[in-house]
Amino acid sequence: MIREKLKQALEHLFPAGEAVPPAIVAEGEEPAEKTPREAVIETDYATCGYHLDIKTPPEQLIEVVSLIDQNDFFIESITGVDWIEEGEIEVVYDFSRYDFDLCRVVVRTRTDRDNAALPTITGVYAGANWHERETAEFFGINFIGHPHLVNLLLPEDSDIHPLRKDFKP
Amino acid sequence: MNQPVELQPDETFVLNVGPQHPATHGVLRVKMEMNGEYIVHAETVVGYIHRMHEKMGEVKPYPQFLMNLSRLDYLGAMGYSHCHALCVEKAAGIEVPKRAEYIRVLMVELNRVSSHLVWLGAFIMDLGGFTPLLYTFQAREHILDMMERITGARLTYCYIRFGGVSRDIDDQFIQSARDFMPYMRKELIKYHKLITGNIIFKKRMVGMGHISPEMCRKYGASSGVARGAGINFDVRRNEPYSVYPELEFEVPVYDGCDNMSRYMVRMEEIEQSLRIVEHALDQLPDGPVMPKKAPKIIKPPAGDYYQATETARGTFGVRLVSDGSQTPYRMKLRSPTYSNMHLFDEACRGLMIMDAMAMMGTLDLVIPEIDR
Amino acid sequence: MILTLTILLAVIIAIAWAAFNAAYLVLAERRGAGVIQRRPGPNINGPFGLLQPPLDGIKLMAKQLIIPAGADRFMYISAPVLVMCPAIMSFVALPYSDWLQAQNIDVGLLMVFAFASMGTMGTIFAGWSSHNKYSLMAAMRSVSQAVAYEIPMILTALTITLMAGTTNLNAIVAQQSENFFHWNIFPLFGETHNILMPFSFLIFFICSMAETNRAPFDLGEAEGELVAGFHIEYGSMGFGLFFMGEYANIVIGATLATIFFLGGWSCPFGLFPGVWWFLIKLYAIIFTIIWIRWTFPRTTIYGLLNLSWKILIPASLVNLLLTAGLMKVF
Repeated sequence: MIREKLKQALEHLFPAGEAVPPAIVAEGEEPAEKTPREAVIETDYATCGYHLDIKTPPEQLIEVVSLIDQNDFFIESITGVDWIEEGEIEVVYDFSRYDFDLCRVVVRTRTDRDNAALPTITGVYAGANWHERETAEFFGINFIGHPHLVNLLLPEDSDIHPLRKDFKP
Repeated sequence: MNQPVELQPDETFVLNVGPQHPATHGVLRVKMEMNGEYIVHAETVVGYIHRMHEKMGEVKPYPQFLMNLSRLDYLGAMGYSHCHALCVEKAAGIEVPKRAEYIRVLMVELNRVSSHLVWLGAFIMDLGGFTPLLYTFQAREHILDMMERITGARLTYCYIRFGGVSRDIDDQFIQSARDFMPYMRKELIKYHKLITGNIIFKKRMVGMGHISPEMCRKYGASSGVARGAGINFDVRRNEPYSVYPELEFEVPVYDGCDNMSRYMVRMEEIEQSLRIVEHALDQLPDGPVMPKKAPKIIKPPAGDYYQATETARGTFGVRLVSDGSQTPYRMKLRSPTYSNMHLFDEACRGLMIMDAMAMMGTLDLVIPEIDR
Repeated sequence: MILTLTILLAVIIAIAWAAFNAAYLVLAERRGAGVIQRRPGPNINGPFGLLQPPLDGIKLMAKQLIIPAGADRFMYISAPVLVMCPAIMSFVALPYSDWLQAQNIDVGLLMVFAFASMGTMGTIFAGWSSHNKYSLMAAMRSVSQAVAYEIPMILTALTITLMAGTTNLNAIVAQQSENFFHWNIFPLFGETHNILMPFSFLIFFICSMAETNRAPFDLGEAEGELVAGFHIEYGSMGFGLFFMGEYANIVIGATLATIFFLGGWSCPFGLFPGVWWFLIKLYAIIFTIIWIRWTFPRTTIYGLLNLSWKILIPASLVNLLLTAGLMKVF
């Protein structure tokens, strides 16, 4: 099982013994607040569509992604979610596998809204290039070390970040 | 293949392929640094028809966003609506009647055939053969007519709704779909006779445009690009959804990593899709096409949901972040050609411009789908 | 005086014939493509669309001639003329029957080839002067293509000259005119007994297609990658002249093939005058060229050059040597 293998590989990055609440909470409960900032959470595939939810601080991001790369995952997408009330932007990395040992991995990391910056993973996955450029222009995140961080989908000279929740056209 | 000679920095020139260019099938621009006919370095510039569907997803309630999905990929629109519907249904816990799910698969597969037919014609046109385009469009017309009768649209459908489909299929549709199968199979044999065996075509395809499995993995390529590199990856099989586990089909895989493999994969996919359609028609259950209590207002519980499906162009994914309200908090659309096109920059290095264009053809590009 | 007038009239008729052919072959090509692609083709203007070519001409002439900024004006304007004029000039030497010929020139074969090779100059001029990278690349391709294919073509024509002992096109046909089996393409029955003749015909046919920039060798105007090739910046009648020049060149190539290999106006079983037989043979070859265009995808530039330098040139050289040897033996 690749899921177990990956979890074992990630163990040294995430100290064990943390309480792990479910990623999906029922209606009416308080979500998100209780989830820790560092955790490897096994999620219910049938309800949310992925198996492993890895919450990592930005400093550990490249290490986590390298481990995922070593386990032959392919990169599916990178995107962001603007949690404006918490003053943070979450960047979500999706990984999946080509073989039949199905395992979808989601890596989440958070950065400050006002001065959003994250390390780039283009050194690990060359295909992250466009995804990071897209996330950078939509959310205004600086991917440090990115080889060519210019607008991809938006006009070359625009500096708007339309997917931020406080964006006014 | 010939190898380009070593060159000095001042011996290259920049060739702007696009935004309007016959081989790019839309408004795509590739800045190519050329050494004579050889490409030294290429940079793809996309975004000319960017419409910010993701923002629209954030401001519109769920049902209003339905029709946006078919504006992504105008050739295989049904597959994209399917993925979106599946994701929202998973999030909101809506049960889909069996018959509706079968009809969806039927439509998606028919749409896949029509999309591949356009690809085939346009691709051969890139190579300089004009005639197959007219032949494939004639066959495609049958599919579009069939689908138009039921869905009410030829390309941009809004047929798949949350909980089912908007209209049931009738006997006339089933009959015409059954009649179409032997016709299409005969046409396929004709295409193979006209195209596949052609010596010039083979010379341009076999061993040309190398895309390795490792490159596919690093860039997240899917569809014919991955399967043409020997990767047995098809979301319909690897991550079964809908009623695909109940249907018989095979995933064609070729390990040549070249243009020919990608071409053969797509050609066989047409056959397999026909097989699925036939099988789905045989197994089509009775019953409603919408659940009795289809919710009018959709309010999925807060959370993060992901759904991937295999569309005509590859793995399409919808990430839905819900905050429990009527509109999504975030709607991410992961489009397959985006990843496939990204790979072009690296894969075309050192190729001659002709071979690079042939390779671009095998990527099966639809530009609105990259730009979203 | 009367002699001069007759010659002038003959030349004018030849030129008119060339222009007529160039214009109506466009229509023939489009209708032919329509048949192959299961669609009607242009059929609105006049019966069977017969008025299409003059109307196209009027439309093209009514358009403004735009000279792109940075273009070399003189070369830009002279390029279409350089493509069209030599092609028309070649028609003066082409015989259509033993009497229907503008000028019976003893060095007719040489003259046709001399003029045909001038057309390449027009292509280079157009590509270079347009100030466009696509057209420049296309021009470079066209040059390498013309250089590569002129050689085997002339080597093959040389075998014909060797056998006929003359460069007079009229005389070449006269030698094949005894009956059906004396055509040069039939190897065993003619006076020459050259078994290599069908092979020569094949080389000549491929070369004439490549020389005229026809698909599958239309690298100079490969719209898949070079948009429209060397005439990308041309509009109006400049474009029209390139187009007509291309078709005039096809007619020349097919005419030469008919004269060299298919016995010109000599008839298999003399139902009607020879000139009709000539036209039948000519248009059969032209139809084959059209047919190939709408069936085959384009070759690559290196595939094209490899075919010439590695296969056709050695083959035609060997062919020439063997022909000379056979001439000596028999």
